[in-house]
Amino acid sequence: MELCDLTIHELRSLMEKKEVSSRDILKSVESRIYKVEGSICSYMNIDLDSAYARAYETDERIAKSGPAGELDGIPVSIKANMCMEGYETNCGSRILKGFKPPYTAMAVKKLMDSGAVIVGITNMDEFAMGSSTENSAFKKTKNPWDAERVPGGSSGGAASSVAAGEAIGALGSDTGGSIRQPAAFCGVTGLKPTYGLVSRYGLVAFASSLDQIGPIARDAQDCAIMLNVISGMDEMDSTSVDKGNVDYTKCLGTSIKGLKIGLPEEYFGEGMEDGVREWVLKAVDVFRGLGAEIYEFSLHYTRYALPVYYLISSAEASSNLARYDGIRYGMAAENAGDIIDLYSTTRSDGFGDEVKRRIILGTYALSSGYYDAYYRKAQQVRTLIIQDFKDALDKYDIILSPTSPTTPFKIGEKCKDPLKMYLSDVCTVPVNIAGLPAISIPCGHVSHLPVGLQMIGRHFGEADILNAAYMFQKVTGYHTMKPGII
Amino acid sequence: MAVSKEDVKYVAELARIRLNDIEIEAFQRDLNSILEYFDKLNELDTGGVIPTANALDIKNRFRDDTVKPSLDREKALENARHVRENSFLVPKIIE
Repeated sequence: MELCDLTIHELRSLMEKKEVSSRDILKSVESRIYKVEGSICSYMNIDLDSAYARAYETDERIAKSGPAGELDGIPVSIKANMCMEGYETNCGSRILKGFKPPYTAMAVKKLMDSGAVIVGITNMDEFAMGSSTENSAFKKTKNPWDAERVPGGSSGGAASSVAAGEAIGALGSDTGGSIRQPAAFCGVTGLKPTYGLVSRYGLVAFASSLDQIGPIARDAQDCAIMLNVISGMDEMDSTSVDKGNVDYTKCLGTSIKGLKIGLPEEYFGEGMEDGVREWVLKAVDVFRGLGAEIYEFSLHYTRYALPVYYLISSAEASSNLARYDGIRYGMAAENAGDIIDLYSTTRSDGFGDEVKRRIILGTYALSSGYYDAYYRKAQQVRTLIIQDFKDALDKYDIILSPTSPTTPFKIGEKCKDPLKMYLSDVCTVPVNIAGLPAISIPCGHVSHLPVGLQMIGRHFGEADILNAAYMFQKVTGYHTMKPGII
Repeated sequence: MAVSKEDVKYVAELARIRLNDIEIEAFQRDLNSILEYFDKLNELDTGGVIPTANALDIKNRFRDDTVKPSLDREKALENARHVRENSFLVPKIIE
């Protein structure tokens, strides 16, 4: 096995025994990038010079005083919507082409302070709007398991970089499933933390009441290590919450005998591929074997989650994206007439179709005469959905479902029909509406295509879902399988 | 509630996005099919239900009103297209 295919915890152990250096790991990642990046295009841009400088610095420091940071020497990738001072942070959009932020996002800063080596910036759907990474203005990322299929989205580049060994861990963001669904499609592990656990300072805003940054890695233990580093209250983000100093790795390994797992019938209904159902139910048997108690129940408001999500997220996005006007940063139309002309031309030329569609949908939902019927109604139904989950999580410790009703679809298959694309998020969006934590782990393959399983926990119940994922991964090997391309 | 071409034009103007005729027609179609699907929200009686803005029911967090360092002015202007006298330059707003 190559170094670039190992986990964070395995590499840290080798580094501690001085069997491997930060440069060795980076060299392995670099070879892998040369081998596969041309075919899969995970990255928006790669900066190996800076990465090697950092790896060299890390090795010198470790030689003097031993490894100090939790992620010392570990190559990671960062999604293109997280500000990194001096790096182009374009959010997959022409309107931010060339934009280099004057500050670094808190989650990224924390990764760097813990010793991580940033390899580069990963491709994504424009402004995180999409479920396939096909909406990037710059390139399409291919699924490492099948180059004719999508890696999922919007953190498609992040997930594919980890699956293909082009990074050991990645930061993604999740507003309606954008960490979990690409993790499922690429056969890796991805965690969306509880809203407020990880600072959003420096995350380019899409929908401020739904966005969260989270880790994508090879297994639950790696996600726990990364979560330890990036979580915590930040005075620069007043929606971030103080949960004290939880060590998520200490929660791993606890027996799940008696753990109550609820299966919501609405997540196993029509539209679900047979192969996905088969593997998720096999995984449920594994949990039964580990002593968990399985219950079937109903989450009554599930069918309303998708419209609630698209109304709220589009409305919030229409407000958040109003700042792209060509004045302070980003693209500006040349030869514009008056100020309105500058704004309109810049935005028309700079935004892609899906972004325009959602801004228009959101503006419509918020406009006078429609506000009550759409936006306010959606916020009220949001209250009902949150209560629905609260009632369920009073009875069960974890809610389990497929991450996506289908295996990775073909490039071009859904992008012509926006509603069809939206429907692929049906299992993930309710989680963001309720602000709950959720993890996606691989649980099987339909021919060569990965199947992902989702576990949803209570607010700030990351320990429960990370542990359940860890215990599943201890007795199964789906998370260790590698795509043929490597 | 069907969306008309005028609705799309009006909303696009509010959002400061210029659309050509083909785009207006395409977005009108998209919006109508999306909003038709969203009509199912009307199946629910939400009388008396308090709208949620934030899932976590957190309260405003304030800090002391003391001056703290902010983003360096030069850095803030770094990405601007036009800068004059340490400020962002914009086209004339008032005739």
